[in-house]
Amino acid sequence: MNILVCVKRVPAPGAKINVTDDGQSVDAAHLGFTTSPHEECALEEAVQIAERDGGEVTVLTLGPVEAEEQLRYAASVGAHKIILVPTDGSAWDPQRTAVALTQAIETAEAANGSAFELILFGNESADSGGFQVGVRVAHKLGRPIVNAIKGIVPGDGSVTANREIDGGFEVYEVPTPAVLGVKEGINLPRYPTMKGRLASKKAVLETAEIDAAAGGQTLVKLHRPPEQASNTEILGTDESAASAIVDILEEIGVLA
Amino acid sequence: MSDFPTSAKVVVIGAGIVGNCLVGHLARLGWTDMVLIEKGPLPNPGGSTGHASNFIFPVDHNKEMALLGVQSANQYRDMNLSVDSGGIEVARTEERMAELNRRMTSAKAWGVEAELLTPAQVKELVPFINDEVILGGFHCPSVSVVDSLETGTVMRKEAQETAGLQVFANTEVLEMLVDDDPVPGMRRIKGVVTDKGTIEAEYVVIACGVWSNRIANMAGTYIPLVPAVHQMADVGPMDVLVETNNEIGYPIVRDMDTFCYERQSAGSMEVGSYAHRPILHHPDEIPSNEEAALSPTEMPFTPDDFDQQMEEAIELMDMLGDAEIKYAINGLLSLTPDAMPCLGELPDVRNLWSAAAVWVKEGPGMAQVVAEWMTYGYPRVIDPHASDISRFYNDEKSDEHIWARAEEHFNKTYGIVHPSEQWETRRGLKESSLKAITDGLGAEYFTARVWERPHWYTSNADLLERYGLSEREVEWDNRWWSPIIDAEHLNLRENAGMVDLTAFQIFDLTGPGAVAFAEYLSVNKVDKPVGTSTYTPWLTPDGGFHSDLTMLRLAEDHIRIMTGAFDGGRDEAWIMKYMPTDGSVTFANRTEDFVTIGLWGPNAPAILGKLTEADLSQTGSPYGSVRTVTLATGDGDIEVDLFRISYVGDTGWEIYVPWDQAPSVWTALEAAGTDHGLRPCGAGVYAVGGRIEKGYRLMGAELESEYNPVEAGLARPKVKAAEFIGREAYLAAREAGPDAVMCTFAVEDHTDSQGRQRFIQAGNAPIVTNEGERILDSHGRVSVVTTAGNAPSYGKYLCLGYLPVDMAEIGNTFKVMYMNELFPVTVVATTGSAFDPEDTRLKS
Repeated sequence: MNILVCVKRVPAPGAKINVTDDGQSVDAAHLGFTTSPHEECALEEAVQIAERDGGEVTVLTLGPVEAEEQLRYAASVGAHKIILVPTDGSAWDPQRTAVALTQAIETAEAANGSAFELILFGNESADSGGFQVGVRVAHKLGRPIVNAIKGIVPGDGSVTANREIDGGFEVYEVPTPAVLGVKEGINLPRYPTMKGRLASKKAVLETAEIDAAAGGQTLVKLHRPPEQASNTEILGTDESAASAIVDILEEIGVLA
Repeated sequence: MSDFPTSAKVVVIGAGIVGNCLVGHLARLGWTDMVLIEKGPLPNPGGSTGHASNFIFPVDHNKEMALLGVQSANQYRDMNLSVDSGGIEVARTEERMAELNRRMTSAKAWGVEAELLTPAQVKELVPFINDEVILGGFHCPSVSVVDSLETGTVMRKEAQETAGLQVFANTEVLEMLVDDDPVPGMRRIKGVVTDKGTIEAEYVVIACGVWSNRIANMAGTYIPLVPAVHQMADVGPMDVLVETNNEIGYPIVRDMDTFCYERQSAGSMEVGSYAHRPILHHPDEIPSNEEAALSPTEMPFTPDDFDQQMEEAIELMDMLGDAEIKYAINGLLSLTPDAMPCLGELPDVRNLWSAAAVWVKEGPGMAQVVAEWMTYGYPRVIDPHASDISRFYNDEKSDEHIWARAEEHFNKTYGIVHPSEQWETRRGLKESSLKAITDGLGAEYFTARVWERPHWYTSNADLLERYGLSEREVEWDNRWWSPIIDAEHLNLRENAGMVDLTAFQIFDLTGPGAVAFAEYLSVNKVDKPVGTSTYTPWLTPDGGFHSDLTMLRLAEDHIRIMTGAFDGGRDEAWIMKYMPTDGSVTFANRTEDFVTIGLWGPNAPAILGKLTEADLSQTGSPYGSVRTVTLATGDGDIEVDLFRISYVGDTGWEIYVPWDQAPSVWTALEAAGTDHGLRPCGAGVYAVGGRIEKGYRLMGAELESEYNPVEAGLARPKVKAAEFIGREAYLAAREAGPDAVMCTFAVEDHTDSQGRQRFIQAGNAPIVTNEGERILDSHGRVSVVTTAGNAPSYGKYLCLGYLPVDMAEIGNTFKVMYMNELFPVTVVATTGSAFDPEDTRLKS
């Protein structure tokens, strides 16, 4: 099964994210970058399927030239091909991104002589979280899409996808080629090995220059939400705190 | 916050390994009323301590680093926060194998158990190593892995419990409060302003690691260090490591030729590197705790910089290739312009102290140094001259300088660095007005900190044939050396030599209190007639050497101090620290007002006599006297000061010439000397060959604060009546007599086991018994070579070094270890000179 995974370069989590003075972008001065966690899991799933059943994993991203770092990372954990759709560095809206990705996918499929049987997106990106691009791309390609997937079983001419709902799963069987939006938790993504990292240096980076028109969405301003006030209450610093803790545990029903 | 203090005796800024150990040591020394503030959370505030690899290789060629490394390792051991994992430095090249022999020698010097291993023996200890790519290993069983965060916590808590230390985390310094001081150029720390409130303090210590200079800048001063990246990747798990069921079960491997290490961390291996391009950051580029994904000093990994190291690591340990990279950082640590720490009181802000550019491996020991320094006026555990923050000249306190030098030495962290190795970057910072002339003579320049000094002159190459001299057999012994040095030496003794001594540091004390103040600094009597001089130690309060230098009585109220270029900063800081505050003394640094030209040799009086009518005999210009004379030069008459003195053992003068007129005087002397065999002569003779023959001591080599004038053979028959720093301790030392004695040793045979002639290179080679045992005196001080060099007039290669008093007899034989081989030596002088012990040449 040949699988395409679409990923996005996003700021590494864990740090306070500052916004530039003009409110138009994230201040990257102290930031490291990574791949959105949902997409890391999508990639891991694709690599596992390819390892098990054969086939190739291609990874596609749209972003600044620095996004090569995320593509090489993908190669270091098992992707066979990597494709970059370079932007000028500005953030593209979901419509524009979807148009560009669709064109890149069609170009790649034409070159391959066949469609990717499975295209995986992350359920949503870790930074803008628009929940749009995967759906838009699937729509343009005329392929079925299911989101919030936490289990994939490839079949013959179809794929079974488990979607997490409250208290259980919905199970979908969709004909391939299909598009799935994957959620974190579907697997535990591997780290690259040293040999994988070194091999990734040799992966050929394909570049797909796409000229897509801006969509209708414009960025007005980014702002940081107000700091959440910490609601910590110190119950005590010695053994007298023990009974206070018991009271609270009883109050919240942990202790009968 | 209501309980935030408004005053304290001491505020320590920074709760990394250094700040925590410092408050612990201060508490042990009786300090109270201390506050420790830290901008990050505890116990891991986010500085370099939090991501350190936490291992200690106790062998270093540098004495301070080695002994404080051992001292630190022992402190970690005493707290049971240390495991002796052992460690192996492996060699991939023959050059490195030679370096491992040198490591064996340093291990011997500092009393660290060590052995050389064959590749197969290395593999026995580290079964997953590829023994085909290595030639051997240097195994040190006492290499240890420590818990630096817990050690810091224990030391901090000890100070809280025993000395009432108050600790405030998440407290950031916003401003440093500094007061004026009566002494011009000096100020005094007054306190700190934090985001929790202001604390007035008598002492403030900057122990802020990579942020230290930012805090120093707030006080208008400078700690020359730069945050630099050390890359580290944690890879694993690997079964062979997991099976040890231990944080560290295998020795740490330092792959010296690739500048990398492999250190087990439970089931994983940490691969660290000093091989990547130097990556430096300005402190303002370091994120805050909030802005950092991991911690401020664990910056995002830049994998491209690490790929080469990965390939080499896999080559050494194939299993690493299939292990997952779980965690990788661009970890920040501190680098300084000369690769040594920044310890001590800031030279321009009283009671503001630096405890910075210290790594985990020497943290507890360096903290002890600073605590003792604050308590006793000088450290007791070791002489700190190479770490003393006041060693830096102003030209060394710029980002441009620090960055250039840090970039140059970062990749030498695991490098093979020759003891005489010269810097490549930032040369020519201070040059003599004679530079055009010395350039024309083919001078090879060595640096004395910022100053360029001719070390020898290629224009003297023709003398090699006359004296039958040639290069040394082994390249290492020949590196940064030339037989021309010996030729210049022999010519000086036969005819005369002229030495460019521009790098001399010249300080003037003037005013009604000048002589009394100079007297207070000096062991020997300074208050002598105008036109005389005093060579004298300056002692620490404990009676060890702080300096040795010469003071000239130029007028009733005018003392001129001459000191060496390596010590100018330290000596100036010492003067400013003790300067009277009543305005009775004025200090001026005159270094760049005068050029000192040395003229020595049997023909020196005849040569100088051609330029002046003055009486240059021992009557008219007696030894030790200073007088002003007029020299007739091609550019007219020039007034100079003649100081009859010698550091090379031959008669002659230091001639002090106004800066711009030095070329005229040099040229006139050169012309006058043509018929007298005069040649230019470099610092190779002045600083080593000439002085070692005469047994003249050098600050930082023979003279350190661990030794006193009695032991160095510099005690005069009588003690002056006047008070001086260290007097009480000096009197006690005289009463007790020496425990060790400075001796001169002649090398009897230079032949090594391969039949090659080897020549001991400067510094720290252990002097051992004929049975190969280390020699310690009753204070535990080890006998090592302090200076080594050829003595061509004496006809032997000489070493200086201390021996316990009962061993220090002429004719006694010992061995000196060099490159892990033993060479026989004989004591040829104790307190005096090997060459011309009666000083007949000086007085001729």
